[in-house]
Amino acid sequence: MTALLEVADVRVRIAGSAILHGIGFEVPDTGVTALLGRNGVGKTTTVRAVLGLVPCTGRITLAGRDVTGWPTHRIVREGVGYAPEDRGVFTGLTVAENLALAERIPGDADYDTVFALFPELRARSAQRAGTLSGGQQQMVAVARTLLNRNRLVIADEPTKGLAPKVVGEVTDVLARIAERVPLLLVEQNLAVVRRLARHAVVLSAGRVVHTGPVAELVADQDRTRALLGVGGAP
Amino acid sequence: MATQTTTPPAVAWPRAGRLVRRCVGPAVVLVVAVLLPYGTLPVPLLLGGPLNSAGSLQLLATCLVFAGLAVGYDLLFGRLGLMSFGHGLYVAVGAYSAQLAMAHLDLPLLPAALLAAAAGTVLAAVLGAISLRANKTTALGGIGFAMVTLAFAQAGSVLVNTDPGGLTGGEEGLPLDADRVPGALVGVAHTAQLYWLALGYAVVCVAVVWWATSRPVGQVWQAIRDNEVRVDVLGLNPRRYQWGALVLAGGLGSAGGVVYLLVTGGATAQLTSTTFTLSLLVMVVLGGSGTRWGPIVGGLLYPLLDQRLTALAGTPAVQHLPAVLRVPISQPLVILGALFVLAVFVLKGGMVTLPARVRTWFRRRAGTSP
Amino acid sequence: MSTVVLLALTGLGVGALYYLVAAGLSLIFGLMDVVNFAHGALLTGGAYAAWWLAGRLARWGVGGFVLAVLFGAAVGLVLATVVETMLIRPLYQRRQGQLLVTVGLSLALPALATGIWGADPRTSTPPAGLGGTVRVLGAAVPADRFVLIGAAGVVVLALWLFLARTRYGLIVRAGVEDRAMVGALGIDVRRAFTLVFALGGALAGVGGALANLYYGEVDPGQGTSLLIFAFVVVVVGGMRPTTGVVLAAAVIGLVQQFADYYLASGLGDLSLVVVLAAVLLRPDRLVTRTTV
Repeated sequence: MTALLEVADVRVRIAGSAILHGIGFEVPDTGVTALLGRNGVGKTTTVRAVLGLVPCTGRITLAGRDVTGWPTHRIVREGVGYAPEDRGVFTGLTVAENLALAERIPGDADYDTVFALFPELRARSAQRAGTLSGGQQQMVAVARTLLNRNRLVIADEPTKGLAPKVVGEVTDVLARIAERVPLLLVEQNLAVVRRLARHAVVLSAGRVVHTGPVAELVADQDRTRALLGVGGAP
Repeated sequence: MATQTTTPPAVAWPRAGRLVRRCVGPAVVLVVAVLLPYGTLPVPLLLGGPLNSAGSLQLLATCLVFAGLAVGYDLLFGRLGLMSFGHGLYVAVGAYSAQLAMAHLDLPLLPAALLAAAAGTVLAAVLGAISLRANKTTALGGIGFAMVTLAFAQAGSVLVNTDPGGLTGGEEGLPLDADRVPGALVGVAHTAQLYWLALGYAVVCVAVVWWATSRPVGQVWQAIRDNEVRVDVLGLNPRRYQWGALVLAGGLGSAGGVVYLLVTGGATAQLTSTTFTLSLLVMVVLGGSGTRWGPIVGGLLYPLLDQRLTALAGTPAVQHLPAVLRVPISQPLVILGALFVLAVFVLKGGMVTLPARVRTWFRRRAGTSP
Repeated sequence: MSTVVLLALTGLGVGALYYLVAAGLSLIFGLMDVVNFAHGALLTGGAYAAWWLAGRLARWGVGGFVLAVLFGAAVGLVLATVVETMLIRPLYQRRQGQLLVTVGLSLALPALATGIWGADPRTSTPPAGLGGTVRVLGAAVPADRFVLIGAAGVVVLALWLFLARTRYGLIVRAGVEDRAMVGALGIDVRRAFTLVFALGGALAGVGGALANLYYGEVDPGQGTSLLIFAFVVVVVGGMRPTTGVVLAAAVIGLVQQFADYYLASGLGDLSLVVVLAAVLLRPDRLVTRTTV
């Protein structure tokens, strides 16, 4: 299993404070890798550093290419789909326009898969994204990652703030995506992580404190509680 | 055997050295500046005449007024991060009020000057409060403040240009009414006195601003510039501190207007123009905003370049240049504006960073040899 | 009654002029976060370019005038492109630096115009056919008002089509909302920046050319004074190039003309300051969430 994404000694400073103190981990080219940790440890910052959205030092390698310091749009064009924490849906645009914007090669976008997974989006094509519910916006965010041939999909807390039923739906979709494309998943919801993820990378105070199989981590309740602050009971 | 615990001299001396450097430098500059009118050294290119000629002293006096104005402006821009486009308004208020007070209220110079400075300060208090309210409009980010100051300045400009009741003299402005001014400050023979007056003004501005920024209030100002929200959370009301700075700067500005009136012999509508306030911005950035000496350097340099370039443009040498070269030189603002743009790119931090940059360059050259 | 008609149409005509400048400004600010002080200089560039060509094509009448306007737009566009690629783009990380550069240009470029053509206004003779007046409801309205209103109308439509129906328009609309996310979708926003800046320059150029018609003369300071009105329009109308800016421009033009006539000459400008202050101090009024 080769590493699709390698992150080495990444440090990030924001407004004078050090947020990441030398993050290093690998994302293999199959399966789902979960980036875990309590609130504020730097999970989102890590993802943003990988995508070039915040300046960082260190080295980031994507499919063998050193992409450190590249502008975001170039990294994304290497084949990275991104569903950010705040969904990043353009409220003034319609659903169709939000999707169209994400087409990297206009005309060569996989709308079949998108509408097969999210039939509701086809029905709401002309609706302004600002009037969608949280769950529907999340669907748009995830759908955008499916339109192009991506080597990696990064999803930052896709189930945050959603009703339990919707969480289940989103998890189903992510599971089906993960069958085809490796996924880097930032998640606080342990049930979702347990269902989807194979590998775990745990952060604490801007550092990686644990890496290993998810099954192992979840089985060890004490460790789970210590690292994530939540119980590991099934 | 007891060990000595006195502070070794090596530690005590650098601190004393810093204090000495902080005071000695400015003191030397001040002494030189005071003695300048006694010098007969000809300075052909920079001043177009000997040091103590009326023309040179007049020019230097103008430069000193602007140095003072720039220091006051930088209090807002460099120290507090407030971009005001209406500073020229207070200078104009100072100049016009003083002249009007002397001509229509029959006041002698000193009371008129005090009245003008007071008027400017009050206006700054009122307009400052209104402008700061606009800063809260998050839809516009921080530019709400800038836009309101621009609007007020424009209003002032319109008011002055429309010449209500013949008071402001419209586009032409008001000449200085020499009757009310003490003889010692009028006429070509007394340019040295005007020079010392301008120097006195600049010194007052510099002293006030340097003193204020070294006090705790200066720290709060710095903190507001860096992170207004954090200051708020700490329990200090940033608005009050910003307002205080606006009032102080407005007061200094209008006092500067009075000095300007005396030094240039009149108040013109140009003081209310956007170009005037923008030139203050150029002075401050060119010199180095947020530093002690930056605004002074910029304020001295700008009028000097402005006047000298204009003089240069009139010389036969330039008149005979091809149009491509002659035209930009004939308009000082072209060169000043271009220099400004260049400074933004190449000289981030202004001219005050030049000594350090030169030192680093030399050190790097020397450092390559083992 | 005829006075009111004349004032209203003049107000709308002037408003059209403000709109042309403000539309570009609001696009540039909305997408790039740059307060473009150099916009007035772009207008001046277009004005002098159009004046120069119109002088040479005087025999061609209205056709020549149209060509002159297009030429003004082209010059504005080229100037804006050069400024953006060489001076604004390299300062992408330094927002204040970008603003300062536009300030420097706003001082240097009009001075350059003064150096080339002199500070005095040069007369701009309207082409035959546009110099006369049109009778509307008993008022003799100069024809140039209609030209201005018509031109602004065309621009409003074209801008709407561009934003709503083209891919780059989509990028601009999204970028105004969330620039970073557009990049995260694999789009190089910087190209959109240059496009928007160039578009703003073209619009300013058209504005300059039409200002020649309205004022009957061209001078180096025109751009700066119009710029201030445009700022007021953008602030009042909302930072997005939506119907807000169109309405704001119309309102401000009308207010200015009526105040000038019924209060006192020159007070029209003062009343704008009052409008601006009133809007800025009532934050709830500002947000226009209408889409394009």
